[in-house]
Amino acid sequence: MGSGTQNSDSAGGDGATSGFLPIELRAVSKSFAGIKVVSNVSFDIRPGEVHALMGENGAGKSTMIKIMAGLHQADEGDILVNGKVVKFASPKDAHAAGIATVHQELLLFPELTVAENIFLGQTPKTAMGLIDWQAMRVRARDLLNSLDSHDLDIDQKVASLSVGNRQRIEIARALAQDARVLIMDEPTAALAEADVQRLMAIVRNLCARGVAIVYVSHRMPEIFALANRVTVLRDGQHVATKPVSEVDEAKLVSMMVGRSIDRLYPPKQGENGNVALELRKVSFGKVVRDISFSLRYGEILGLAGLVGSGRTETALTIFGITPPTSGDILVDGKPQVISSPEAARDLGIAYVPEDRGQQGLIKAQSIEDNIALANLRRLMRGIFVDAARVTEEARKAITRFGIRARGPEQLVRQLSGGNQQKVVLGKWLATNPRILIMDEPTRGIDVGAKAEIHQLMRKLAGEGMAILMISSELPEVLGMSDRVLVMGGGRVVAEFDKAHATAEAVGAEMTRSDARDAA
Amino acid sequence: MTVEASPAPLGRSAFQRFIGGYGQEIVVFLSIVFLFIVVGAINPRFLSDTNINSIFAGNAYIAVAAIGMSMIIIAGHIDVSVGALIGVIATIAGTLAVSGYPVWVAWTVPVLFSIVVNGLVGALVAYTRIPSIVVTLGMLSILKGGLISATAGAWISDMPPEFMIAQMRPFGIPSAVYFMVILTIIASLFIRYTDFGRSIYAVGGNMEAARAAGINPERTVVGVFALHGFFAGIAGILFATQLQVIQSTVPPNLELTVITASVIGGVSILGGTGTVIGSTLAAILFACIGSALIFLNVSAYWLRAVLGLMILATVLADMARRRRAK
Repeated sequence: MGSGTQNSDSAGGDGATSGFLPIELRAVSKSFAGIKVVSNVSFDIRPGEVHALMGENGAGKSTMIKIMAGLHQADEGDILVNGKVVKFASPKDAHAAGIATVHQELLLFPELTVAENIFLGQTPKTAMGLIDWQAMRVRARDLLNSLDSHDLDIDQKVASLSVGNRQRIEIARALAQDARVLIMDEPTAALAEADVQRLMAIVRNLCARGVAIVYVSHRMPEIFALANRVTVLRDGQHVATKPVSEVDEAKLVSMMVGRSIDRLYPPKQGENGNVALELRKVSFGKVVRDISFSLRYGEILGLAGLVGSGRTETALTIFGITPPTSGDILVDGKPQVISSPEAARDLGIAYVPEDRGQQGLIKAQSIEDNIALANLRRLMRGIFVDAARVTEEARKAITRFGIRARGPEQLVRQLSGGNQQKVVLGKWLATNPRILIMDEPTRGIDVGAKAEIHQLMRKLAGEGMAILMISSELPEVLGMSDRVLVMGGGRVVAEFDKAHATAEAVGAEMTRSDARDAA
Repeated sequence: MTVEASPAPLGRSAFQRFIGGYGQEIVVFLSIVFLFIVVGAINPRFLSDTNINSIFAGNAYIAVAAIGMSMIIIAGHIDVSVGALIGVIATIAGTLAVSGYPVWVAWTVPVLFSIVVNGLVGALVAYTRIPSIVVTLGMLSILKGGLISATAGAWISDMPPEFMIAQMRPFGIPSAVYFMVILTIIASLFIRYTDFGRSIYAVGGNMEAARAAGINPERTVVGVFALHGFFAGIAGILFATQLQVIQSTVPPNLELTVITASVIGGVSILGGTGTVIGSTLAAILFACIGSALIFLNVSAYWLRAVLGLMILATVLADMARRRRAK
């Protein structure tokens, strides 16, 4: 879609053109509890365009979406629909103005049928003002057919449907409202690849009908495949609105993080110390086979390999969850029997697991409670937990790791993904470990938070900590590691020092080991 | 219903939808039929007019109260004070009747009282976000304590015959049965065919989604509690007028029986699903079981235990179904 007739920056909404705009935001600001989360943001959405809204977690995207959807009210600034200033007191007002949202968490009613989910709140009525179920079912069928979803059973309860199907129901719901603007909040975050392709086809289909899409996503390929224009937010501020043709991936990232990406991986600080951890022919069943390596204080050792190559299993063996069936583990040069995670912890080993949501955090609890959890024994006074020390410990973690939070009492689930990750780190580092094993330390967090975690890792190594990092992201392995071990089929198949660890060399070993394992 | 020019079927057939939408209700209905056949075969007196009348009429007030309770539970809440409320309503109604107020006053004032009290409970639940079980536990104590303090448990008798609405028998059928049947039908149509009715399901199923769909969840909760107050009020009047005396105390365990009827009737304790037909059928089923125990010479105390087992089985089945759906 060649939308090049308009000026490329966002300020261009003068009265003559804005009469046709399905939504336009002018200098919108919003604060929560005195913290300004959106400040002076202006952009507009044109009919039939896909308008990408990008920014790091915590940049204010969600707040902007909620303001447009009528869930939040702007403190300052105007929202214009068809050139007229409107006030959305509730989602109902936004619906009436033709603005619908496909929420990330998919706001559906699991116990109601597909048809009712599409129409609830605006059901077709009979002449007597009662709900016309038959008309509702007919229209639901039509709507789903128009989205090429002939396979969806309109009489099925939503509880048993896949995420992709639920999303199509939300889209059908928006169409039932005659939406002119459809806001999609990370629509592909939870989708399988086939569903992503289907969604992209639906998005194109909607645009062809003149529906404007506000598309929030972290995934660059989707942005470049779908979007006409992109608006970038950073720390609640509007950075720019540009046609996608004028930007590339590097440019977008630098707009989002406010610095260029080559500084993402911080340089090594200080020198390596003594050997902290040494493995000699360590095995666990058939998943960990004859692993030997050593890790020095102040060093970051990267463990590369494909999923299933035995990296996480090796970490679990070191941490005492699956103690070795043969071989020796030496800590500070002394052979140790690590038969449980408690034993590992007592030796100064900490393990930050891969799945933070499930294993790392209790999201309904506060930052201080989460940090205290791994250290309760140390924070006891007599038989009671010393609340003052718990708070102090959390305060320290907040400053040390730069956690953006109101204070130790804030609930973890209110934090952005990157900040949650820092709480996990705070929790494990409060045990004062000397050897830190990190499994996929930056999976699922945005680019800016990633950089902060990387800097933190470097700082910790600079302070003398020995870090073993498992990562499936090759750039991360190459950028962060002082040395790289490549695993395959439960064995170490190659080792590279910093100078020789290139993407080609490491990548070749990773895939070669896979082939050998299959043979 | 006919849908012309639609070669492919719209969705499921009416029969499939009926089975899918009323599974639990059908099970409860078949249980009642089964009970009548089996117990009737063992002891034919079970099927006598008098017994059938007492099964239906004597327990209609439970079914009526369970209509409101079902709506409350569908909306994701609960009311443990309904038994106490029914006791208070009966006492107010009886007192008004023996004090010489016109019969219509003795009937309507307690119902209005019930609507207002439950509307306030609903407002407290909706706007303060205190869990409804806590609010209604508090209400239970207030009503119970207030009632005993005010009446010292005195019995009310010698009520005027025209006040005794539950004992009237238009066309030979006890009026309590008319109330049960007509209110169940009206309530069923109401929650199926009105926006407010569907918003009860929406709020109980997913409150945030309801809000995003333009429903005001707070208003819905207040409304559903007030409606529940209406049904509890009618139940209280039926309870007050079915016997010659009103014992002005709280009928023991009544709230549990009412909640059990809702749950066994297919209302999920987790909210968002169920019907009022199911709770009415379940109330009838309890009455049948209670009566059957007597006719089979089993101690009536087993009724509680049987109900307990049924409620556990129903909730387990509901959980299993939900897990399967995921």
